[in-house]
Amino acid sequence: MDLGQFLSDANNLAWLIPVGPLLAFLVITLITNKATLVSADEGGHYADHNHPAYPGLKVPVVADWSRVASIVVGMSGVIAAWLISIAVVTNAAGVADFGKYVLESSVRWMDTGAGGFSMGVLVDPATVAMLIMVPLACTLIFIYSIGYMAHDPRQARFFSLIALFSGAMLTLVVADNLLLLFVGWEIMGLCSFMLIGFWFEKPSAYKAAVKAFTTTRVADVIMLLGIAYLYAVTGTLSFREIVYNVEVLEGLAELPAIIIPGLSAAGLIGICLIIGTIGKSAQFPLHVWLPDAMEGPTPVSAMIHAAAMVSAGIFALLRMFPLFEAGGHPHDGVYTPPLLLMAIAGSLTAIFAATIALAQNDVKKVLAYSTISQLGFMVAALGIGAFVAAFFHLLTHAFFKALLFMASGSVIHGMEHGEHHVHHHAHDDEDEHDHAHETPLLAAESHGHDAHDTASHDAHGHDAHGHGEHTAHAPHFDPQDMMNMGGLRKTMPVTFITFLIGGLSLAGFPLVTAGFWSKDEILLDAWYGVTNGYGPHALVFVLLAISAFLTAFYTMRQIGLTFMGEARTEEAKHANLGRGVVAFTMTLPLVVLAFFAIFAGFVGVHPDFPIFGSIFSPNGNPFFDFITTSLAVKPEKVGFYWVPVLTSFAVGLGGIGLGYLMYWRKPLVAGQEDPLVKILGTTLHTTLKNKYYFDELYTIIFILPAQWFSKNVAYEFLDKGVIDGTLHFTGRLFTWIGDFIKVMNAWLIDGFGDGLSEMIGRAGIWFRRMQSGSVQQYLLIVALAAIVIVIVFALSTGVLQAAP
Amino acid sequence: MENTGLSLVTVVLFLPLVGFSILLFIPDAQSRNIKYTALGTSLVTFALSLVMWANFDAANPALQMVQRWEWLPQYGIGYYVGIDGLNMIMVVLTTFIMSIGILSSFNAHVIQERGREKLYYLFMLLLQWAMIGVFVVQDLIIFYIFWEVTLVPMYFLVGIWGGEKRVYAAVKFFLYTMAGSILMLLALLYVGTQAGTFAVPEIIAGIQAGTISFPLDGLFSTQSILFLGFFIAFAIKVPIWPLHSWLPDAHVQAPTAGSVILAGVLLKMGSYGMIRFLLPMFPEASVAWAPIIALLAVIGIIYGAWVSFAQTDMKKLVAYSSVSHMGFIVLGIFAMTSIGIQGSIIQMVNHGISTGGLFLIVGMLYERRHTKDLAAFGGIWKAMPLLGAISLVVVLSSMGMPGLNGFIGEFTILLGSMGSTVLGIGFTVVAALGIILAAIYMLNFFQRIFMGELDKEENKNLPKLEWNEIAVLVPIVVLAIWIGLQPAPFMNPSDATVESLVAQVVPDTTTVAQLPEAGQGE
Repeated sequence: MDLGQFLSDANNLAWLIPVGPLLAFLVITLITNKATLVSADEGGHYADHNHPAYPGLKVPVVADWSRVASIVVGMSGVIAAWLISIAVVTNAAGVADFGKYVLESSVRWMDTGAGGFSMGVLVDPATVAMLIMVPLACTLIFIYSIGYMAHDPRQARFFSLIALFSGAMLTLVVADNLLLLFVGWEIMGLCSFMLIGFWFEKPSAYKAAVKAFTTTRVADVIMLLGIAYLYAVTGTLSFREIVYNVEVLEGLAELPAIIIPGLSAAGLIGICLIIGTIGKSAQFPLHVWLPDAMEGPTPVSAMIHAAAMVSAGIFALLRMFPLFEAGGHPHDGVYTPPLLLMAIAGSLTAIFAATIALAQNDVKKVLAYSTISQLGFMVAALGIGAFVAAFFHLLTHAFFKALLFMASGSVIHGMEHGEHHVHHHAHDDEDEHDHAHETPLLAAESHGHDAHDTASHDAHGHDAHGHGEHTAHAPHFDPQDMMNMGGLRKTMPVTFITFLIGGLSLAGFPLVTAGFWSKDEILLDAWYGVTNGYGPHALVFVLLAISAFLTAFYTMRQIGLTFMGEARTEEAKHANLGRGVVAFTMTLPLVVLAFFAIFAGFVGVHPDFPIFGSIFSPNGNPFFDFITTSLAVKPEKVGFYWVPVLTSFAVGLGGIGLGYLMYWRKPLVAGQEDPLVKILGTTLHTTLKNKYYFDELYTIIFILPAQWFSKNVAYEFLDKGVIDGTLHFTGRLFTWIGDFIKVMNAWLIDGFGDGLSEMIGRAGIWFRRMQSGSVQQYLLIVALAAIVIVIVFALSTGVLQAAP
Repeated sequence: MENTGLSLVTVVLFLPLVGFSILLFIPDAQSRNIKYTALGTSLVTFALSLVMWANFDAANPALQMVQRWEWLPQYGIGYYVGIDGLNMIMVVLTTFIMSIGILSSFNAHVIQERGREKLYYLFMLLLQWAMIGVFVVQDLIIFYIFWEVTLVPMYFLVGIWGGEKRVYAAVKFFLYTMAGSILMLLALLYVGTQAGTFAVPEIIAGIQAGTISFPLDGLFSTQSILFLGFFIAFAIKVPIWPLHSWLPDAHVQAPTAGSVILAGVLLKMGSYGMIRFLLPMFPEASVAWAPIIALLAVIGIIYGAWVSFAQTDMKKLVAYSSVSHMGFIVLGIFAMTSIGIQGSIIQMVNHGISTGGLFLIVGMLYERRHTKDLAAFGGIWKAMPLLGAISLVVVLSSMGMPGLNGFIGEFTILLGSMGSTVLGIGFTVVAALGIILAAIYMLNFFQRIFMGELDKEENKNLPKLEWNEIAVLVPIVVLAIWIGLQPAPFMNPSDATVESLVAQVVPDTTTVAQLPEAGQGE
């Protein structure tokens, strides 16, 4: 087909969006990812805590040209995706009555006896909203990775994987049917497996990778069943034909489901799909994988937690939302089972994860639990029918959470830098470096920095320290532990400011942050239900308000512990990003994201909000009006209430204020215990710190019994014992029968047949022996013969049978 | 049709025998010539089978490229071959896997150690001939002959070039399969004598027309007994739980190529037989027995997966995973929906590719370390990055990753069993559990070999992949991705035949209540 002609049709352009990153993945994997073998014990760039050295082994280290080429290819791919996305969004803006009319294009993919499948792309308002966020976030993550992974011997592989990840996410975003969405969904699952286990030598990393994959896989298979059932019922998986089609939705809502009485087909399918999201977006009780996923390099965390994977779970819910709602009407207090499931699971997750986040000391783990909690906000919002608010929060959260993760990555990087400084450099050259720290971080590349940084990474290897579980030989130093930080605002000012902006947005600092506006929308929707006396609305309102308070508090705690006060360790005192390309690429994305963390909120301001409403939404809430145009059943607008707004103010400012008092006014000094321990009590604090012992619980009730069962019952007892045992018994039985027949054979048949000839032969030998000429022998034979004759005679005449 | 000279099917069938004859005249010492003659034969056969595919008319459900010679006309026995949607792709799979198997044997340590290289390749070609025969032959007696002939070369391949317990495994394999085929022989003799012909299409036509009938009134009436006679033979071959216990032993003891062929093709003879013979010849019995067989299949899925998880021997792990995967195929067949059976056919191909690939990988590791114990490995990704990457693709294909081939088969089978008239939805749900377990044991397999610290001295300087090793793995990876992304060319050939087959067996094919107007899906 003529490509130019194909692409000149605006409907087809969206096909190209995932192509860039996918092509980049192929090119890097097949062509540019070339390693040179370096002897690990000779030093070089190779060894650090993520890449153990092996004496005598030559290890692959990505060649310099390969590193550069892979970065160039990866960047080109993702930037192409971004540019095409912009073009698609522009095209979409040009469509009259967009939403009712959309851009779509599909091809026949597979024929089966019963119908078949098409694959296609769909650009509707939901897609457009995602296309504004995802490619931008991906591009920034790529830029960040140039610096963050600059010294990793597998940087080329890293770029190929995040390119595949982006490609899969974009595929999912533009998919026009559930099957293609599922394909993107699973490939992301694979990429997260590969990226979490990127440093695959570390047991903690590969365990986390396997855990993430299998946990989400459980949910995915249930989702797949839901998809299969949906197809069996409707004969299609296309979004437009199912969720934007009132007749189909009504039909599904009225059709009784299989297996479970009292549930409609829509309800059963909905529950299956929601379980898929519970796995993907790490909702309770399948949340356990996400904190462990922090084992991956930090840009991966941003990718998983903000731009891609977990957002994908929410996006799938948003896509299928009309199906969940079918048969119910949350605006009037009529809930369907899927809605209730979301309301309960979401709000419980929100508060559950927020409490765990309180007691974490690892800078990334706090953010991980915060992510789980914020996703809970979105799921809960969907459960009460607040479709628009949930979508809004998804977008703002993506920006500020990507920002927070990358900023925390910078902190970790800075701490590692500082650690090297402490362990490696003699004190006499410290002045020089302190001097360097004062220079602006965004300064142009300076001479000597590279050498410094290279040396620093050497040092990591020799010190053999590590993250997380990695046990070190030398004094253990954890660059992610906030207790080791403090005072970083001085040495890392840009990171501090951007982190603060992201943190305030997450905390919902009133009026000026994006997080405030989206969270406020959710509370507004929930409060509307409270005024009408709807139970689930009330549950969501109360739990989310408390969670919002906790969120504000732990965010301030995190910032306080990291940046405020004085450095609690020597390492923290010397923590910085250095200068040059590394620092620049790690800082630029923070600045861009900080912008969105503030301003993204103004697209969805409630029109009746005092002052702000008349500035940003004079003609009604723009985000609301845009995103709902394609829905068959439009959600009702909720009026303006003061209670939720004041609640937002109160919990946001209250949490921030409390955190300020506890961790900013009186910053922790070295060796001091977290004041929270005293307030919560040791038992509660330890429980929270250990995440309510869910990992341990799952190990005891699922993993150990499964292992025991598979080994002892299934394999040893059933397979080797019963099945093979029966077989061997049968075999032995036949052997016995065979032996028996053989013996019988030997006696009767052989005995007769063979025996005859043998007897003749033997007789010959025997007779020959007889002619030995030995007189004694003759006598013996005669004697024997006489005895035999006597016996035979006796037997035949009955002499011996005289006795009764 | 019968007078147009040799059919392409006949040519493909007998080419391996031609190679076999040539090989006979090559002196034992000329190792190189022996290898390349065998490889050349299998490659030419593969190429011709592709030509056969190209000339295949997918829209026509009937047998094509038919060739028929009379042999014992008084009994209705004759040489009768042809291809349709059911067996065409199986023939291609056979020729493909055989080429892979032969090429992968080039450096096999065990052949150098035990010698008799020529004999090895003679058996390989004999096996290829017999397997193609099983797939293309349409006469029951000749089918039976080919079916039994496949045993002999496999028996010797395992028995001569196998592992330590090779004799036990070979005998177990032989006796087990033989026991099943005796029952089939009795059943097929009865069918043939009753029908007056052994030509399967004619028997099926007779059954359709009502001129031949085997009464079915109750689970153990004539048709049922005949059905079981065939079924048990096929079930042992597949193998269906609990008749699987020959498989792990045979796989573990067989040389690499033997395992690849066993998993890749030999097992499929059973599932192919079910589609080709059981469903159309005994439609009522098939429907009646379907729930029981599906139950065994589902047990096999879960059981195989679970036992696989417990294994420490790499080959055993893969062998039990086969039990699980083959359960899916049987479930798809006895769902008796066209999408389910099509799914089963493509899944036979997929399983051949992915499990064949897994055995190749295990074999390569074995060649280097002379152990199959998972505990002996760890961190191999670092020592052999290319093998690590390829293995990941194969592992993912085996566990049904979307975007790769395994997913296509599993998904269509799930769809098929969900929409089945003869099976309840419970089968689908439990089978889906197998997909979860597959992820667990396959990731366990991958992680224990390739991830973790490279801490064993012996693993640090493993030789790189040889050219022939790369040459066998690359097509497998390419096919896994190709079928995963574009399944249509691989599934379309079976479309028409399966459609007409299902129409013969069960006229109405859905139980799941459907929306009346919803199915506008083009």
